[in-house]
Amino acid sequence: MSDRHTLPISEVKHLTLDKPLPLDCGEQLDGVRIAYECWGELNAEKSNAILICHALTGDQFAASANLVTGRPPWWSRMIGPGLPIDTDRFHVIATNVLGGCMGTTGPASDAPDGKPWGTRFPVITISDMVRAQIAFIDTLGIDTLFSVIGGSMGGMQVLDWAVQVPERVFTAIPIATAARHSAQNIAFYEVGRQSIMADPDWCDGQYLAQDKRPSRGLAIARMAAHITYVSEEALKRKFDRGLQDREQTSFSFDADFQVESYLRYQGHSFVDRFDANSYLYVTRAMDYYDLAARHDGRLADAFVDTPVRFCLFSFSSDWHYPPSTTREITRALAAAGAEVSYLEIETDNGHDAFFLEEPLFEDALAGFLKVNAGKRGI
Amino acid sequence: MTRQVSSRADHKAIAERVPEGARVLDVGCGNGDLLALLVEKRSVRARGLELSGELAGTAMSRGLSVIQGDADSDLEVFPENGFDFAILSKAIQHMRRPDMVLQELARIAPDVIVSFRNYGLWSRRLSLFSSGRMPGHRLWHDEAALHPSTARDMVELCSALGLETVAMASVRDGRVGAFRDSGLSRLNWGADEVILHLRRA
Repeated sequence: MSDRHTLPISEVKHLTLDKPLPLDCGEQLDGVRIAYECWGELNAEKSNAILICHALTGDQFAASANLVTGRPPWWSRMIGPGLPIDTDRFHVIATNVLGGCMGTTGPASDAPDGKPWGTRFPVITISDMVRAQIAFIDTLGIDTLFSVIGGSMGGMQVLDWAVQVPERVFTAIPIATAARHSAQNIAFYEVGRQSIMADPDWCDGQYLAQDKRPSRGLAIARMAAHITYVSEEALKRKFDRGLQDREQTSFSFDADFQVESYLRYQGHSFVDRFDANSYLYVTRAMDYYDLAARHDGRLADAFVDTPVRFCLFSFSSDWHYPPSTTREITRALAAAGAEVSYLEIETDNGHDAFFLEEPLFEDALAGFLKVNAGKRGI
Repeated sequence: MTRQVSSRADHKAIAERVPEGARVLDVGCGNGDLLALLVEKRSVRARGLELSGELAGTAMSRGLSVIQGDADSDLEVFPENGFDFAILSKAIQHMRRPDMVLQELARIAPDVIVSFRNYGLWSRRLSLFSSGRMPGHRLWHDEAALHPSTARDMVELCSALGLETVAMASVRDGRVGAFRDSGLSRLNWGADEVILHLRRA
C-alpha cells in the first residue's frame, strides 16, 4: 500500500499545547504536539464528544484511513454512521498518544536542540498520556466527554481518565484491559525491548541521527508480543502445523510452518510504520501502570463516589489481559458503588477480538451508549 | 430506545412491591425483562447480575446495567446497603448455596423479594407419594432446581437468616394472588410458585 503514502508525519492534523506538560518522572515537556483525527459534528452544547484511546501500536486513524501509511482504519467496524459509536450522533475524537510516533510528541520528535529526542526523551506513564489528552481536550474547549473508550492500553487510559478527572467523563468503556501489568505482561515486553536494544542498528537509541533503523530488533519485539494477542485455539484453527508453500519440512531454518511465515509477516510489516524507541517508551508506560498502587493497593479506593458510568468488556480467550483482570476492575467498581456493567465475550479471537467481528460485543456497547446518550440529552 | 416491557404476571406483581426510584439489584436477571419493566414503571436505578454471557449481553444491548457474574461468588463485592431492594426471581433454587446468597442479599439491601417454585404444592406432593419419582422428574438430573424447596422451607430459612416475611403471594396458572402477611399453610399447599417479600429484621 506504499503508493497510498500521501502525507509526511509532520503534516498530519495536530495542535500544540500552550502550557508545559508536567510528567510523573518530575520533568516537564514544553510545546507538546498532539496529532489527532475526528469524525461527526460537535453539538452546540459540546456534550456529544467521545475520545477513542488507542492501543500500543494503534494511532489516531481509528475511523479513516491512515494518511501516512495508507493503512485502513483500525476500528471501522465500530465507528461510523449508524455504527455502535455513531458519528451521526457523536463527535468522535482520537489522538496519537504521548510518546507515540504518528505525529504526537515522542522519542522520534525533535528535542529543543533540533535533534531527535531518541532515548533522551523522558520516561512517560499512562497518566502522562492522559494528562496530555486532558490538556488537548481543554484546548478544544470541551468540558465533559460523553465517553472515553479504548481497548488494551487504550483501556488503561480510559481508567486513568475516570480516576484523574471523574467529573469530566460521563461514561467510560475500558475493553480487554488491566489496572496493572502482571509479571507475565512485563516479561513479554521486556523480551521485546531487549531485542530492540540488542540490534546494533539501535545505536544506543540515537539511530535516527545516524540514519539507521533497528528493524530486526523491532520486528522480533512485534513477533513476541503478537503471540500474546492471539489465542492458542485461533493459532490452531488458522495454522495448526500446516506447512508454508511446501510439501514437507526443509531441514533448514526457513519458515517451514505457516505460523512462522505469519509471525515474520507481522514483524516485517510493523517496522515500516512504528518507531523502535516509541515501542520502548510506550511498553514501559504500560509496565509502570498500577492504578491500585496509588491507593495503598486497594483498587476500589480509586473509584470511591465516582459519578462515571462504566461498561467493561473482556474476551474469554484473551491471555494478554485475561477476563480475570477486567473482572477484578469490575469488582472494584461494584465495591465502590459505581454504576458498572461487565460482559465477557465467548470467543477464540484472543486479545485482538475487539478489532474483529463480535456481534454481542458490538450490540452491548451500542446499547450502553444509546441509553446513556438519552440520559445526557444527546 | 426499544424496550419490550414484560407482561409476565409475576414480574408485574414484583414491580408493584418496589417503590418509585428505588435502587434495585436483580440477581439472575436473565435478558433483563424484569429490570426493563422496573425502569419503565417504577423509574428504579436498576442493576442486574447474570451468569450467562448471552443473556447478560442481551440485557446490556437493551441499555440495562448488568454485570456478568456468579451470584454464588460475586455478591460479596456489592457494598452493604448498596441497594434498597434485591430481587431473586426464579433463581434461588438454582444457586449452589441459597443460604449464603440470601445472607448476602440481606446485607446488600434491607428489602429482598424472592420468587421460586413451590415443591409443597399438593399435586407435587402427590406425584412423589404415588409414583415415587420427583415432580418434574424427567429433568431432575439436568435443568431441575439444585435445591427443591417448599414455601415453608424457604420462609423458615429466611427467618433463621434474619429475614422476616412481610408479604407473600401465590402464582398459579400465570395469575398472581394478592399479597398477604399470613396464610403460609394454604400457600404451601396450593401455590405453584411463591413470591416472598422479605425484610431484614
